[in-house]
Amino acid sequence: MASGVKPRVKVPKTAAAGGVITIKTLISHKMESGQRKDSDGNTIPRSIINRFTCDFNGENVIDITVEPAVSTNPFFQFDATVPEAGDFKFTWYDDDGDVYETTKSIAIG
Amino acid sequence: MIMKSLFTTAAALAVSATALSAGEDSVLSVEGQTFVTQATAPAHAENLSEVFSGWVFRANETQALQLDDFDNPGMVFVDKGIDLFNAVDGSEGKSCSSCHSDVAEFAGLRAQMPRIVDGELQTMEEIINAMRVEKMGAEPWKWSGTQMTSVTALISLQSRGMPVAVDITADGAQSFWDRGKEIYYTRVGQLDLSCSNCHEDNYGNMIRADHLSQGQINGFPTYRLKNSKLNSTHARFKGCMKNVRATPYKEGSDEFKALEFYLASRGEGLSIESPSVRN
Amino acid sequence: MKLTRRDALALGLGATAASFLPYKAMAATSEEVVAAFTGGATVGDGGVTLTAPEIAENGNTVPVSVDAPGAVAILVVATKNPTPAVATFNFGPLAGSQAASTRIRLSGTQDVLAIAKMADGSYVQASQTVKVTIGGCGG
Repeated sequence: MASGVKPRVKVPKTAAAGGVITIKTLISHKMESGQRKDSDGNTIPRSIINRFTCDFNGENVIDITVEPAVSTNPFFQFDATVPEAGDFKFTWYDDDGDVYETTKSIAIG
Repeated sequence: MIMKSLFTTAAALAVSATALSAGEDSVLSVEGQTFVTQATAPAHAENLSEVFSGWVFRANETQALQLDDFDNPGMVFVDKGIDLFNAVDGSEGKSCSSCHSDVAEFAGLRAQMPRIVDGELQTMEEIINAMRVEKMGAEPWKWSGTQMTSVTALISLQSRGMPVAVDITADGAQSFWDRGKEIYYTRVGQLDLSCSNCHEDNYGNMIRADHLSQGQINGFPTYRLKNSKLNSTHARFKGCMKNVRATPYKEGSDEFKALEFYLASRGEGLSIESPSVRN
Repeated sequence: MKLTRRDALALGLGATAASFLPYKAMAATSEEVVAAFTGGATVGDGGVTLTAPEIAENGNTVPVSVDAPGAVAILVVATKNPTPAVATFNFGPLAGSQAASTRIRLSGTQDVLAIAKMADGSYVQASQTVKVTIGGCGG
């Protein structure tokens, strides 16, 4: 399990019904690319977040396939349409099988 | 003359005004708070007329990363700092929050650091480890490890926007300040360079592909794009000494503490920006 | 076991064939990454914007943005990176726009591509050269 992985997500507290909001997401993760070598000259194996999804009330907003060229502490910004009040679910998938999730609620107003 | 090269370079790097770029005439403003990134130099910095925050020297895209607390990658480490602040650790079964119920009580502390206490020079890392060892019965943290930098970032954030307020007139301060100044102006290493050769004589100029800053520390701990993590001042000093092929002093050494004290005073007039974003 | 001439010939051909196989799976090239995304279709110009700095302050963390109104997905490729694929943004039904931003690693000066798959099945591309420098005393 990758240690010390922590998500940080910005979702506005409210939106107009049907409005568009901007979401910013960050997660602390080393994103070991598989290119680096250790002091003995052995390649450090790849270990990255390989996929990120955002869903709202069960419907998909964005689904990102992530490759090793994405920087350490991956950052993604994108827009979402908010048809009604509900929950945004953010999911990050790790090469090592771990899945990190966080949820943010939004109200209409 | 130096100013001209600074703004010429900034203009050359200007890109379209999208969410990614700050623009060359931009003011540093975060969460509605404006920062002083340029000021008249303090009298004791005899060879400077103005002081500039490191933010000013960075490319537009790097500057932009500090404008919003959800663009700033250092802030996820502040979140980690909050977790650490609340975590019970050590034989006494306490967390930092057991005694310090609200981290906001530390407002103003970072602005004064490092400081003289009972005739001794004290840094924030030393305060934290003294608390851990003496009050919590916990192991001290490594000076520049993730735990220490996350918590110093959290505490420093409480002073964000405040002016640098290090007190170099306190009883006993003079000898530490003199030592720090001496180190700042002493050439070291195979490349035989002092801090001043680059950061006082040549700030605003390019060294190979890097835009030289004044080496101010008002933004530390800082998230560096280069190593994708928060960096303490002593870790940065070490890196600089290695760059001139000198054997670095140790983190937490008297030399680096004195240098940190002297450098903090050169930033008088600037705002605390911690946690800042630099390259 | 006694080898017939037929067996020896088969063994020899097998060995030769084996020597043409890759020693290990090679990383896909930039062209292969693009072809896998487009299925070999022609890629046009216009309709997708790629925003990246002309000179990256640090190759470790380079902010980039893509925008292609009406796109289904956008692929970002760093043509000279050891593994050229960077990310694929697939926009769902609740996407508020077909735009996204991220930060990427670039191993050196190179062209960065953004290829958008449009709703009608066509593909368009934008490209930008990003200069990546070796730091001076940033160390």
